[in-house]
Amino acid sequence: MKYSPWSKESALVVLATLREEEGPVLMALQALQEEFGYVDSEAIGLVANYFNKSRADVHGVLTFYHDLRTTPPTENLISICVSEACQAVGSRELEKAVKTKFGKEVHDAYCFGNCALGPCAMVNGAILGRATLEKIAEVRA
Amino acid sequence: MKIYVPCDSAAISVGADDVAAVIASKVSGATIIRNGSRGALWLEPMIEVETAQGRVAYGPVNVDDIESLIAADFINGGAHALSLGLSNEIEWLASQERVTFKRVGVIDPLSLADYEAHGGLVGLRRAISLTSSEIIDEVTESGLRGRGGAGFPAGIKWKTVAGAVSDQKYICANADEGDSGTFADRMLIEGDPFTLIEGMTIAAVAVGATVGYVYLRSEYPYAIKTLQKAIDIAHAFGWLGSSILGSKHAFELKIRVGAGSYVCGEETAMLESIEGKRGVVRAKPPLPAIEGLFGKPTVINNVLTLSSVPAVLADGAAAYKEFGVGRSLGTQVFQLAGNIKRGGIVERAFGISVEEIVNGYGGGTLSGAPVRTVQIGGPLGAYFSTKQFDTSLDYESMLAAGGMLGHGGIVVFDESVDLAIQARFAMSFCAIESCGKCTPCRIGSTRGVETIDLIIQGVKVDENKKLLLDLCEVMTDGSLCAMGGLTPMPVKSAMLNFPEDFAGEVSRR
Repeated sequence: MKYSPWSKESALVVLATLREEEGPVLMALQALQEEFGYVDSEAIGLVANYFNKSRADVHGVLTFYHDLRTTPPTENLISICVSEACQAVGSRELEKAVKTKFGKEVHDAYCFGNCALGPCAMVNGAILGRATLEKIAEVRA
Repeated sequence: MKIYVPCDSAAISVGADDVAAVIASKVSGATIIRNGSRGALWLEPMIEVETAQGRVAYGPVNVDDIESLIAADFINGGAHALSLGLSNEIEWLASQERVTFKRVGVIDPLSLADYEAHGGLVGLRRAISLTSSEIIDEVTESGLRGRGGAGFPAGIKWKTVAGAVSDQKYICANADEGDSGTFADRMLIEGDPFTLIEGMTIAAVAVGATVGYVYLRSEYPYAIKTLQKAIDIAHAFGWLGSSILGSKHAFELKIRVGAGSYVCGEETAMLESIEGKRGVVRAKPPLPAIEGLFGKPTVINNVLTLSSVPAVLADGAAAYKEFGVGRSLGTQVFQLAGNIKRGGIVERAFGISVEEIVNGYGGGTLSGAPVRTVQIGGPLGAYFSTKQFDTSLDYESMLAAGGMLGHGGIVVFDESVDLAIQARFAMSFCAIESCGKCTPCRIGSTRGVETIDLIIQGVKVDENKKLLLDLCEVMTDGSLCAMGGLTPMPVKSAMLNFPEDFAGEVSRR
């Protein structure tokens, strides 16, 4: 996935699109992550000022949600569902194998709602049912 | 000629997009319609062709099968090894009682003309002609209860919000379907999003709300896209906006995307998250119906609850409560998942047994090994043994059996499952996802993991089992919300129904 390099100026452009929203802080952090791939530490003060919140408020939101990253992502992102329905069809073993092969690219996820066709993975945004190490490697390439 | 290839993300996960692309390139003159999934997920990608006799289905279709399908004249319903016959006569589907899901898989999800041709907007048009209390009476009379898990009567919640005096009221649809083994909200949003929008609009008219939010999980990117398109179409049509279908009511609808937090499915944490804050649970009272989103009176219902409302208004409360047993009226959209041969959506009236769903519809496990346990109602639901398979799936019977129906997810495990490991997972999931507000949940869950680890290692097994049960009691009684309060349910049911898995190291397989 292609992201813009972090800059305060482009961040302000992103924030301006959310000016009319009720309760915008989480949306703002999500929008910044979508633009830059992560939420830069500089963004905390920026978002706080823009929406008249404290830095603590923004930091609190940023650190609460599993989706939000504070460092740039790896080039490929692989999420493996490790919830019960996928466990029942071998996701624990799959997760181990995929982590051994792709290391830091691999993240645990809790349910993509594809529980009848598990194990389920999400590879660079594409959903994969009946996932195997081979299929994941093929989609990642 | 019309060829249907589902756009449901479960179908896409096993290749539906590729199948659609290959058909488009190889079958000239084909109009490909991307419908939702009919819910027989083990048959996905299941394609259908329109013939004079009706829609004929083939599945599961792989890209490599298309050549031979063309040779078999599938566009005219020709015979083929993958032929399933007329879609409406597939026994697995035909035996269901589709009410909430009646259009899912049948129509083009984003065609308003299709939606109206299949009974859409009838409920809303009727609602607009009624008074607030007439709508609420109809919903109350139908017996419709919250499908998110708590089972609270929808009509009573609406009445509270309608009676509250405020300059602003909200409707919130909880689409934070985080329970493993559940996917009905997702499939409905991807396959028939206008039904959810219609249900929310009816709720808005009934209680006098002018703004609605759908809180939708980030793990459902396909559903987010479909719903946003549907909202835009409804806007352009004059359904949403300053005048609902030409009436004096106004309603704006927005999506709020979650950020990977399970606890935000808890209604008060969801409100905090929509407000852009940390998803920390609120103490109740005040009820959200009185002081909800931004402190204003708010209707919060699950996607399935709201999506059942159009049918209630269109066909009347009496028709809806024909289905079901006792105080569990209407239909439940069961979701059959995990290690299962024929998984998917089974919409039936409340009162069907676990056996009928798991072994009847499901056909046993995918692996072929015997079923050992099913977890019903998500990660906070109980692990049932096969001895309990005659239990009726309705709110009261499930409670009496030591479980809960939750959002209707049923996850099947074969005999390779270790229930001590599953109990440990329940505690560790709670530790990861706890919002941290109350101690029994935040700390109890970590102590739970440690204690189960000791039992698994065979350290002072009897003492630690006693300690674990004591901890479960503290979490049940002392937690603010269902996260900490119900985590003991899978743990205790596993200990009770599968004591051999908790007998310490010596007993381990």
